[in-house]
Amino acid sequence: MKTQKIGAWIAVLFGASYFIIPLIATFEFSLRMRRGEYSFDAYRSVFSDIQFRESFSYSIVMAVLTIIFGVLLVVPTAYWVRLRLPSMRPVVEFITLMPLVIPAIVIVFGYLRLYNSSSFIPFTGSARGTDLLLMFSFMTLSLPYMYRSVDTAMRTIDVGTLTEAAQSLGATWPTIMFKCIFPNVMSGVLSGAFITFAIVIGEFTMPSLLNRPAFGPYLQLIGANRAYEPPALAIIAFAITWGCMALLQLVSRFSKSAPSKP
Amino acid sequence: MSFLELTGIQKSFGPVQVVKDFNMAIEKGEFVSFLGPSGCGKTTILRMVAGFETPSAGTVVINGRNQNELKPNQRNIGMVFQAYALFPNMTVHDNVAFGLKIAGMEKSAIDARVKEMLGLIHLGHLADRFPYQMSGGQQQRVALARALAPKPQVLLLDEPLSALDAKIRVSLREEIRMIQQQLGITTVFVTHDQEEALSISDRIVVMNAGRADQIGSPFDIYNKPATRFVASFVGTLNLIEGTVVDPAANRISIGDQGITLREPLGSVKAGDKVSLALRPEAGSIAEGAKGDTALTGEVVSSNFLGSVIRTRMKVGTAVISFDMFNAPGLNPPAVGDVATLRFTASDLLIIRE
Amino acid sequence: MSAKQAIDLKKTAIDWLGITPFLLFAVMFLIAPTLYLVTGAFVNPAGEFTFENIAGLFTDKILASYWISIKVSLASSIGGALIGFALAWAVVLGGLPSWIRSSLLTFSGVASNFAGVPLAFAFLATLGRTGLVTMILNNWFGINLYATGFNLLSFVGLTLTYMYFQIPLMVLIITPALDGLKKEWREAAEILGATNGQYWTKVALPILFPSILGTTLLLFANAFGAIATAYSLTGSTFNIVPIQLYAQIRGDVLHNPNLGYALALGMIVITGISNLIYIWLRMRAERWQK
Repeated sequence: MKTQKIGAWIAVLFGASYFIIPLIATFEFSLRMRRGEYSFDAYRSVFSDIQFRESFSYSIVMAVLTIIFGVLLVVPTAYWVRLRLPSMRPVVEFITLMPLVIPAIVIVFGYLRLYNSSSFIPFTGSARGTDLLLMFSFMTLSLPYMYRSVDTAMRTIDVGTLTEAAQSLGATWPTIMFKCIFPNVMSGVLSGAFITFAIVIGEFTMPSLLNRPAFGPYLQLIGANRAYEPPALAIIAFAITWGCMALLQLVSRFSKSAPSKP
Repeated sequence: MSFLELTGIQKSFGPVQVVKDFNMAIEKGEFVSFLGPSGCGKTTILRMVAGFETPSAGTVVINGRNQNELKPNQRNIGMVFQAYALFPNMTVHDNVAFGLKIAGMEKSAIDARVKEMLGLIHLGHLADRFPYQMSGGQQQRVALARALAPKPQVLLLDEPLSALDAKIRVSLREEIRMIQQQLGITTVFVTHDQEEALSISDRIVVMNAGRADQIGSPFDIYNKPATRFVASFVGTLNLIEGTVVDPAANRISIGDQGITLREPLGSVKAGDKVSLALRPEAGSIAEGAKGDTALTGEVVSSNFLGSVIRTRMKVGTAVISFDMFNAPGLNPPAVGDVATLRFTASDLLIIRE
Repeated sequence: MSAKQAIDLKKTAIDWLGITPFLLFAVMFLIAPTLYLVTGAFVNPAGEFTFENIAGLFTDKILASYWISIKVSLASSIGGALIGFALAWAVVLGGLPSWIRSSLLTFSGVASNFAGVPLAFAFLATLGRTGLVTMILNNWFGINLYATGFNLLSFVGLTLTYMYFQIPLMVLIITPALDGLKKEWREAAEILGATNGQYWTKVALPILFPSILGTTLLLFANAFGAIATAYSLTGSTFNIVPIQLYAQIRGDVLHNPNLGYALALGMIVITGISNLIYIWLRMRAERWQK
């Protein structure tokens, strides 16, 4: 028992240093911009950079759009599969897991060939079209996480009974969807949304290959050309991820302690 | 010297004393049940015998050997757990063979022993099944076979039946008792179900708040409960408040009716209250029923329970329930009837704390 | 056609109509692009069927990039799995205070998503030539890390960096599996005479094995497809497959678009195989799990 506890402490201390030292080092590095003393100059430089603001707000807008359209796609599908097509569940689940199997770079490579300006659906022919394609690609990336969290939330409510109860009261399909189903799977939707947000903000491959001015490619560009701003950006990115996960935990704890009322 | 001796056992978890000075000697081949509500310390004692907990004070001696310093894997004890603790990654055969393999037995000897054990529990045909493919009752029988396979000196059963259906519970407990007698293995059985304990034990230990309230045969435990706790925990019981009328003559009154007790009242004076206990099956209101004592009262309810009819009758302020066996042609009492309950005065127990 | 049949047909049609948007999405953004690349890998620029592109993968340069990709992914997934398992074991069974468990799990949730470009920055600031750890080792202990042959822009450096998100991912997935080990299994094994070691080798590890190996394969696929970290850490100097493919997409550095498809196909095949093994393991494990 004694040796076991010592071993456990060693493992945790090792893990903690592996996790924390890079963060300390990054923070320390980000303060080195002014020679001979620590300062927040790097952060000031980052925040005053117009490109930072532009790319960051671009990515936020994309994240919000991805979440909205992702939810509109995933919730009705998960609902419908549970209600009317349970036999299709394995197939739908397999499809939602595909983005974990096929690397993002392969998927976007396919897009570039399939939807170039000379194809039937020339998404990449215009900037707006490319934005649309980028949003769809983000939806693809977040599909496994979004579908799973919504489906898990739906498991806890009896979709069939809820629907029949609503129908017997004369509700129409849109009413059922938005007044009955959505509020009851809100915790799942929110946790899917936060993960989607974290993914979209940091994603490099897709916007880079689609040539859109997102936060990920901006980070890479700064990294290649500056010395002290990148660690400052890394700290900011880490803080954003941390914020998303904190909200996620909050939501899951909230939904556990206070189950949504029918 | 007894086979399994527990002497001065105490156990505390932090500030909470779970077991307070427990003493017991169990003979070889005896089947002893620890009976009590949850939290009474019965499982903790079992786990101290197994070696999963270390006593804060006291000794566990098996076959003359002090076990305190021995780890569970050195004690040669068999144990069956409440949740079927079969290894899910092994077949029935491999589960039963586990202890034998650990002991370094030869493969042919292992196979023979496993076959023998599975025969004992009548599951020889399921040797290649995995635990999840079996019912709870089957799993628990395999767990019993696994515990018995290495020929342990003591068998410990930690509420092995409580997760099972009522019917299987009854058949399995009979099977356990049969196997135990067949092998003559010293067994300690922990349960909170008094019917279970009464039906299969040689002796019962009724535990309450970390102490043994009473140790005795099922017959004694049921018929001569030593404390109010034992009386109320084992079986159904009427607790009747009486008032002492004449201590010298053992006269007391219940409501306005006087009765004479067989058991001496001891040092009480007239006007004192005494608690009396009466089993529901001890009396009868049938015409010509035997008994030297009678109480008359008004019937307040009559419930048909199949083989018995349980009737409640009001005597003074006390409500007494009694059972009568169902029989064709029986005319059960109706609410509002006045009935006379006859019983033998010696069945009326004085409950002293 | 009877009226009942017509109603049934209509009901079936409505049933399918409900998931049409999803199926359309899946076909357009997952299946069609993948199939396009897969078929493209077996076609020459003139549109004729050929194995030349596949054969073209077997050049030293491309094979080397697959090899280094596989090496980094294997090393980081196995390393991540081992350390992650040790950490999960420590917080579940090591008897540590419970706040350590909740902090580790919260942190793992964050760190497993902290990949890509910022992670590369963090490791450059830590183990780069002027990184904090490099300098501390040099100034305080007189160890010149880079003189020992260490280089962050190498196999070892990339593996160390990838493990930063691999370890937390392992912790997140394996902790529930460790929680699932019942206390009674250990006690049953112990009372049957087994030592702690025998309990682990004969009971606990066989039970956990499918989850451990399955998660390792997931980590493998995770590392194999990752590009952003490596790209911003090493630029295009370090030729793992995703970087090779990235360069090919950007500027057709292989001078054969269909060879690029073959490159992508190779990636799908490798991550696909690791997933097939994972599914097979899951099915094996389901022999004794419900």
